[in-house]
Amino acid sequence: MQDSVPEVGEEDLTASRRRVLVDGAGIAVAALGFGFVYGLSARQAGFSPIEAIAMSVIVFGGAAQFAAVGYVASGLAWPGVVLLTALLNARHLLYSVALGPWLRDVPFVRRAVMAHLLTDESFALAIGHFRRLRRTDEWGYWVGAIVSTFIPWNVATAAGVLLGGQIPDPNRFGIDIIFPSAMIGLAVGLITGRRELVAAFVGAGVAVVVALLSSPAIGIVVGGVIGPAVGLLVPAALARETAPLGTLASADRFLMPGSHVPPPPDDADDAGAPR
Amino acid sequence: MSTELVVLAVLMFLVTYPTRAVGLLAPGMERLPRQALDYLQLVGPAVLAALAAVSVMVATDDAGTPSFHVGVEWIALLACLAVTAWRRNLLLGLIASVAIVVVARATGVSPLPG
Repeated sequence: MQDSVPEVGEEDLTASRRRVLVDGAGIAVAALGFGFVYGLSARQAGFSPIEAIAMSVIVFGGAAQFAAVGYVASGLAWPGVVLLTALLNARHLLYSVALGPWLRDVPFVRRAVMAHLLTDESFALAIGHFRRLRRTDEWGYWVGAIVSTFIPWNVATAAGVLLGGQIPDPNRFGIDIIFPSAMIGLAVGLITGRRELVAAFVGAGVAVVVALLSSPAIGIVVGGVIGPAVGLLVPAALARETAPLGTLASADRFLMPGSHVPPPPDDADDAGAPR
Repeated sequence: MSTELVVLAVLMFLVTYPTRAVGLLAPGMERLPRQALDYLQLVGPAVLAALAAVSVMVATDDAGTPSFHVGVEWIALLACLAVTAWRRNLLLGLIASVAIVVVARATGVSPLPG
């Protein structure tokens, strides 16, 4: 794909693919755990099994799906759900931009399918693999996207939503605390600087106040819109950003908590991507 | 079995897919102002924190009237936050959170939510 960059040997390809499998196995385990928790939360919020599973297949975005459970439970109107989903998933834009040069020679239809499977996890696995090889290897993308993430996430969702319906009096087992705990834990994973910290605190505070004055649904939207705006008031020099959005470090932070993708070699930075 | 939310899933897909596809299918269309990118970076923490806070601090009665709620759920949430930040592992945080609530409810320290 890239004439100016030497091809890697078969052993290097095998080693890098093996690393994708090992890293992907950790991500698959995490996806199984969180997919199951999502299924339980969706069931608790009143989703039918078909609705919960459809959301995992069609949307295929963990944080947005967890958030949607909360939106629906709080009675937020669909336009609000869609707006917040768009904002929450907008980070994928930067992942697709980063991967675009690597995948430009892949046939259009396959790229269109790849796009649906682009998550924090698949991005991190694929870009790390490509950068180690210094060229594209589609195999790495498909394994990271389908085997490590899509299949476990959807299987676990089905298990969670189906088994969740069998649990009598689920609040006795603390099922109701799983959703807010998952939300705050995911938020912790996204805080990579002072701006995010301010946005989170302001978003939460504003949301609670507005929720008490109007309704929980409105509070969540207002907090989610005002929090980031206030966070932007923190000067960039003071932000101490450690993982700017769209970078591998950011993808690693966005990964399902508990999983981790080791960084690629130091000399294989973004500048190595084919242009 | 209800299928109404499948339509919502499709709508969520329609706003998610373009952000995933634009860089792969239409190179050069991805330019966004720096301020917009910065704002998007902050949306996740703000929305997720808002959801968590409202879930444990705001209760609604049958008429939908919101009221301020104080309970063991606060402690559970803080425990999850602390464990997740400390161990960088949300699964451990969730286990700690659920354990606190289960014990509190089993011992009668905290009532089951209505």
